[in-house]
Amino acid sequence: MNIVACVKQVPDTEAQIKVKGDGSGIEEGGIKWVMNPYDEFGVEESLKLKEKFGGEVTIVSVGPARTMETIRTALAMGADKGVQIDDPALYNADAYATAEALAAAIKGVSYDIIFCGQRAIDDDSAQVGSILAEILGIPQVTFATKLEIDGTAVKATRPIEGAAVVVATSLPCVITATKGLNEPRYASLPGIMKAKKKPVDIKKAADLGVTGASKSKVAKFTPPPARPPGKILCADDTPEGKAAELAKLLREEAKVI
Amino acid sequence: MAKGVWIVAEQRDGALRKVSFELASTARKLADQLGEEVGAVLCGSGVEAMAAELAKYGVDKIYVADNAALEPYTTDAHALAIAKVVKENDPSILFLGASAQGKDLSASLVGKLATGMATDCTDVKIADGKLCAIRPMYAGKCFGEIVIDAFPQMASLRPNVFPIVECAKAGEVVKFDAGLDAAALKTKVAEILKEAAGKIDVAEANIIVSGGRGMKGPEGYGILEELAGLLGAAVGASRAAVDAGWRPQSDQVGQTGKVVSPNLYIACGISGAIQHLAGMSSSKYIVAINKDAEAPIFARADYGIVDDLFKVVPALTQEVKKLLA
Repeated sequence: MNIVACVKQVPDTEAQIKVKGDGSGIEEGGIKWVMNPYDEFGVEESLKLKEKFGGEVTIVSVGPARTMETIRTALAMGADKGVQIDDPALYNADAYATAEALAAAIKGVSYDIIFCGQRAIDDDSAQVGSILAEILGIPQVTFATKLEIDGTAVKATRPIEGAAVVVATSLPCVITATKGLNEPRYASLPGIMKAKKKPVDIKKAADLGVTGASKSKVAKFTPPPARPPGKILCADDTPEGKAAELAKLLREEAKVI
Repeated sequence: MAKGVWIVAEQRDGALRKVSFELASTARKLADQLGEEVGAVLCGSGVEAMAAELAKYGVDKIYVADNAALEPYTTDAHALAIAKVVKENDPSILFLGASAQGKDLSASLVGKLATGMATDCTDVKIADGKLCAIRPMYAGKCFGEIVIDAFPQMASLRPNVFPIVECAKAGEVVKFDAGLDAAALKTKVAEILKEAAGKIDVAEANIIVSGGRGMKGPEGYGILEELAGLLGAAVGASRAAVDAGWRPQSDQVGQTGKVVSPNLYIACGISGAIQHLAGMSSSKYIVAINKDAEAPIFARADYGIVDDLFKVVPALTQEVKKLLA
C-alpha cells in the first residue's frame, strides 16, 4: 500500500503569537516550529498501515526552507521519502492554492490513501484535505478518530455533536486525522540517523504547473480584543461565601445564569 | 454578476439545527446592506416542511432538494447537490455553520466551487460591497480579516456567536433536482453511534463547566457534572485531563481541541496554559476557580475565586439550586 501523508510546519502550541505592527502578519522571530499536531496523527497512521500492508510512505509539505526539518522528523518516525514544495509564491497561500500544489505533487506519486491533519493549528482553516480530495476526484472522510481498511474497503469513524458516524468508502481516498486516531510515536535515534539519507525532492510551483494564486487572503491581522481586568471575589473568606458572591454576580451582573 | 446572500441550512433527524437560524439572521443583515435577497439551500429527505421555519428568520427563497440519497448526511451527496444549485444561481456570498457537519461540507464545497473561505468566523461585515470575515487564528491568539477574490465568497460561522433575529419573509420554496446518481456516490453511512442522550457538545454549549489537572482524577468530575446538569451546561476538559485519560477527547478545549465561545466558561482547577487560554478566551464571561493565586487563568477571568475547588464548586451548586428554585 502506498501512502501519502501531508504535513505542515507550525508554531508550537506554547508559542506566544505577536502581530506585526502593520498587521501584515505575525512576528516569526523566536518561534519554535514543530509538525502540526494533527498531521502527526496522519503520519502515525501511515506508518501503521505500512507495517500492516507493506508499501511506501511519502511525506509532502508546502513551506519555506525551515520546513525540511519537519519533513525529516516524519522520515525519522519511519516514512520513506519526501517532497518539499518551496516557493515564495506559496508562502502565504490560502487553502485552495495549497491544496492545488499538494495535488500536483501527489499526482506524481503512486498512492492508495492520503492523510492530512483535520486542521493546521496556525491558520485553523480545516480545508486543505477536503479540497485536495475534490481536486484529485477521490472520496474523503474528515476528522477521523478510527480507521479500518479491508482490501479496498474503508471504514472511518468521525465524531459529530452528540454522536459518532461510521463512514464507509473505498480506496483511494483522503482521510483527515484528529486526536484519538492513534498515539504518534517518537523518532528513535537510529531513525533520526537514517532520515538524513532518505530522499527529499524540492519542487517549485512552476515544476508542478501551478501558479500559487490564492482565492482568499488575510487582509489584516489583529491581536485578540483585550479583556477588561476581572475581580477576585473575597467579600467573605469562606468557600461558601465566595460561591454565594459568584452566584449573585453571575445572576445579577453578568446575567448568564 | 454574482448576487444574493445564501446559507446552507443544517438539519438532523427531521429538525433544523439552531445554527441554521443564526446563519439566516446574519445573511438577512448583510443582504439588507447590499440590497440583495437571502437564499437558503435545504437538503435531505422529507425536509420541505422545514422551509417555513427558515422564512421566519429572513430567508426569501429556499432551494429544496428532497432525495433519499441525501439522508443521512454524507459529504459527497450534499456537496454535489449544493454545488449544483450554487453554480446554477451564482450567489455572491455563501454561509455555512462551523459545526461538525458544516466544517466537513464547507471545505468540500470550496474544492468543488474553486473559491475561498474564511473558517469558523466570529464576525462578518460588508466593506466596499465585499464580504469581510473576521476569524480567530492560532486558536484565538490573533484574529484575521479575510477577503475573498472569488465567488461565492464563503464563510463558516461559529455556532452560538451570531444572534438569532426574527424577520418574516415570504420563504418561497424552489425545488431543485439534486442530480444524484446513487450508484455513483462514493461514501455512505455504515452506522451512527449515539452518545448518552442529553449530552451537550462543548462546541455548542451556552455554558461550559471545565476541569483540569486540579480535578485530581476522573472521579473529581462528579461535582462538575452536577453543576453542569443544573445549568444545562456542557462539561469541558483541559488537555492535561484528556491526556491523562480522565475525560474523552471530544470534551477537550484548547488549541489542540475545540475552540469555544460560550456565554459562560467556568474553569475549575485549570492553571491556564497558553494553548488552553487560546481556546476559550473569546467566551463572554470567564470564571476561574483555582487554589493557586498565581495561575495565569486569573488574568483572563472576569470573576476569580482563589480557594479549594472541591469546596467551592459544591457550594456554588447549592447557590445555583437556590437561585433556580
